[in-house]
Amino acid sequence: MPEPAVAAISTPFGQGGISAVRISGEEAIFIAERVFAPFSGKALGNMKGYTAAYGFFFEGSEKIRLDTGIALVYKAPKSYTGENVVELSCHGGIFIARKILRLILENGAKMAEAGEFTKRAFLNGKLSLTQAEAVTDLISASSERSLKMAVSASQGKLWSKIRSITEKLLDLSAYFSAWFDFPEEDIPELSGENILAEINSALLEISALIEGYDQGRLVREGIFTVIAGKPNVGKSTLMNLLSGEERSIVTDVPGTTRDFIEENVLLGDYVLRLVDTAGIRRTDDSVERIGVLRAEEKLRVADIVLALFDASEELDESDRRLLEKLDSRNTVIILNKSDIGLNLETSFFRANFEHVVVISARKGEGLDSLKAALESSLRLGNFDTDSPSLANERQLECARNAYNFLKETESLLSAGESLDAVSVMIEAAADSLLQLTGERTIDKTIDAVFAKFCVGK
Amino acid sequence: MGAYDVAVIGAGHAGCEAALASARLGLRTALFTISLDSIANMPCNPSVGGTAKGHLVREIDALGGEMGRAADAAAIQSRMLNRSKGAAVRSLRVQADRRLYHVIMKKTLEAQENLDLKQAEVVGLETENGNVKALITKLGAVYGAKAAIIASGTYLQAKIYVGDAVYRSGPDGNLSADMLSENLKKNGVSLRRFKTGTPARVHRRSVDFSRLAAQEGDAKPVPFSFETTSPVRNLVPCHIAYTNASTHKIIMDNLRRSPLYGGRIEGVGPRYCPSIEDKVVRFAEKERHQLFIEPMGLDTEEMYLQGMSSSLPEDVQLEFYRSIEGLENVEIMRSAYAIEYDCCDPTQLFPTLEFKSVGGLYGAGQFNGTSGYEEAAAQGLVAGINAALKIKNKEALVLSRSNSYIGALIDDLVTKGCSEPYRMMTSRSEYRLFLRQDNADQRLTPLGHAIGLISRRRFSAFLAKLAAIEQELAEISKISVQPSEALNKILEERNSSPISASLKFSELLRRPQLTYSDLAPLAGRPALPDEISEQVEITVKYKGYLERQLEQIARMQLSESRLIPPDINYSEITGLRLEAKEKLDKIRPLNLGQASRISGVSPADVSVLLVFLKQRGYY
Repeated sequence: MPEPAVAAISTPFGQGGISAVRISGEEAIFIAERVFAPFSGKALGNMKGYTAAYGFFFEGSEKIRLDTGIALVYKAPKSYTGENVVELSCHGGIFIARKILRLILENGAKMAEAGEFTKRAFLNGKLSLTQAEAVTDLISASSERSLKMAVSASQGKLWSKIRSITEKLLDLSAYFSAWFDFPEEDIPELSGENILAEINSALLEISALIEGYDQGRLVREGIFTVIAGKPNVGKSTLMNLLSGEERSIVTDVPGTTRDFIEENVLLGDYVLRLVDTAGIRRTDDSVERIGVLRAEEKLRVADIVLALFDASEELDESDRRLLEKLDSRNTVIILNKSDIGLNLETSFFRANFEHVVVISARKGEGLDSLKAALESSLRLGNFDTDSPSLANERQLECARNAYNFLKETESLLSAGESLDAVSVMIEAAADSLLQLTGERTIDKTIDAVFAKFCVGK
Repeated sequence: MGAYDVAVIGAGHAGCEAALASARLGLRTALFTISLDSIANMPCNPSVGGTAKGHLVREIDALGGEMGRAADAAAIQSRMLNRSKGAAVRSLRVQADRRLYHVIMKKTLEAQENLDLKQAEVVGLETENGNVKALITKLGAVYGAKAAIIASGTYLQAKIYVGDAVYRSGPDGNLSADMLSENLKKNGVSLRRFKTGTPARVHRRSVDFSRLAAQEGDAKPVPFSFETTSPVRNLVPCHIAYTNASTHKIIMDNLRRSPLYGGRIEGVGPRYCPSIEDKVVRFAEKERHQLFIEPMGLDTEEMYLQGMSSSLPEDVQLEFYRSIEGLENVEIMRSAYAIEYDCCDPTQLFPTLEFKSVGGLYGAGQFNGTSGYEEAAAQGLVAGINAALKIKNKEALVLSRSNSYIGALIDDLVTKGCSEPYRMMTSRSEYRLFLRQDNADQRLTPLGHAIGLISRRRFSAFLAKLAAIEQELAEISKISVQPSEALNKILEERNSSPISASLKFSELLRRPQLTYSDLAPLAGRPALPDEISEQVEITVKYKGYLERQLEQIARMQLSESRLIPPDINYSEITGLRLEAKEKLDKIRPLNLGQASRISGVSPADVSVLLVFLKQRGYY
């Protein structure tokens, strides 16, 4: 049985034109095929080693497109690690790279430990034997680092949160253990409802952590904000208004914003990483068509979309096309040019979107209500920077695994599956969380049995 | 006085299995016991099996051990526990006739070729170049032996406590073995003190059964042994009684007279086998505790009070037993007592149960820090097999966590050690959906056959059973069940959605609400033996879980296949943390899988170890 494939973002964090995500392991190509498709239609698995394909990243079985990029395929043993390796390069910042990494992890790869690519390279005979010490140094230094991080103040809260969730799960598995292993003791029978209630409350806490991760990231790294709207609706004016500078080319000729302009803007306590896009409209200009396609991709990975409509005119076809692409959960509808007149039916927007503001970008009116809408749509208003939060993708992966096991527990319970299987699933969830602290579920469960139940002859 | 290949010290449940396995593998074997009249004695509860323990008995049987057959023959009541909670946690338990069990096992030992039974107390070992050479008895006799298995139970330096009374004695009035401990220490074996206890035995006629609830055996009892063909007998009920507030008050008022609470016992007792005073103190909020009244056998009036072990003085015992409804006039025949004894720290052992420090010396049973007849028998079997295999120069038997509870038990002992007497529990096995009592033969009988403990006749019967299961599984994945009034009536009754189009038999069987026997008549399947239809049903229902567990097992086997050379010097490995170096050096794991389970060894340490070994040319 091969080692599971591992993945990580392999370019340094921060700005940069291109980010790369690397997957290594026997399943690497298979996993890559589930997030990336070459435009040529050729399967990655049929490509030779050392070859590249231009294609697009997608999500889900409907292949919703996220970005275009390049896949580099290396076949074992001819790769850095000696295993099958795929390097996926995507555009721009860390946002898309992270999204792609997350999809890769959801499709069966594990998050690479620090030093793991090098370790695998060594174990597969790709590095000289004298390099072994460098490898062990790398491994032990990184484990030291994560240990130190574990006891740091900011992580302290996370650990106590994780502890309180695992205690809950361990209590449940201790209950099952007592109930299975001491059937002749009068152990009160927990009803399916009680078990479900406990699972639900653990699920809520874990999903709060998972959501908090995104919010924490938003606060730490800025909010990936895409400004969308048809040409000449005032995107560049809004961008300039928010950034306070004349960066985008502001003109009355539609389609002058061809490329993406990124600005860091401080809005209240938060950093917006603003991206202005080309308008979404039908076009025969092939250069511009690529721009339009990429604008659509940006919409899908954005943390938030500021969708601009011209308040002084009726909706046209290109407005409607934009509306189809919007996700009401992360969209703020901005009805611009209120200074010219309000000829749009706002009730349609208010019925379909939670956040609708009316502004005049040119005159700088309505900025406050825009800020408020942003805050509330990101739920940052009640995000407490002091609350426990997951620090990295690895911790997020553990939390997600626990979440998935508990979801499965829920469905087993409601399907009436036997409880021996349920108990194993709950232990797997606890195990996922305890991986963060290096403890073992079985030992802790048995301790809890004897602490809580009066069992034994 | 004679020369043996294998000498077994102690004829309890571990010693009997060890001696039988060794002799059956053709080695000249001697079994030493302080009293031939106490062979395979049950000094505590008169029962075999129970949760997880029932799994162990099935596994012992599947490997070719004796306990299952003997328990079937001596059973007077049989119950399958946890029947409704899922196949993985189902366990068989029988009440056994204690004397009959002894008689059956003694006869089996006596009839065994290559096996000599000796009533003698072994007081010392002689070694040569770090290997076992001979045994010395209290009478001065010297027996040559290439291997020795210590299965001394609770006999080493044993002390019995009843209130203020303390005296040297083994269990059930047998002599203690007071001299072997010193000799073992001289041979480099470190020992420690554990304690356990047992409740009183009372006279049947002094119990008012009309005031107690009876618990009968199963209507259709199944045997432990895959070989047993004659029906298991169900002859007697057990009874359930409860303590009350006045019982608890008597105990609390007299607590200072307990040697445990008075601090006179230093040994560590098991948490899962608490004395009644422990239960009352630690779980003060519980209004009552349950006890079972179990017959000790068919030819005796003695009854065992399960759940009521105590080391309080005899007068206090009588008072609190009599405060229980139904026991108002109870007469004690044997008092409850606590017993304290020497045992070893099992991290001194390899997973073969051989001591790391003395070649050819093995430990098994309570001497290794466990509790329970079944745990003991399982280790005895493994130690006996390994002593024999070593002398025959064959590869040792190391059972894995992934193929058996026995493997998990031994791995826990030698890798993590134990700080109290160790009891097997289903929750100790991460692979329990796969390691079920019903498939013990599928997991282990091929191994038992390869070792030489399974007869040809039995093995071909086993293969025929496998084939029948496979055939039926193939059959039901092909045939369909048509919607019918009869079927939809069953489905509705069980809250399962009715069907309108035909469905594959195996698809329908996957529904938790349906059994094989519900569907077989509707699909025109012939009646199959229970053992076949049970396997078919469980295989279908657990398919998804099993696939997942087998995947985990394959991953684990990968790290178990990476062996660590026995002469590795951990102190020279840079990058290992100090704690990891010390732990690894103490446990000396056989492979990376075992290394990763040592507490205090992190995944990063295992990675460092892996890289080190790779650099040295391993793997």
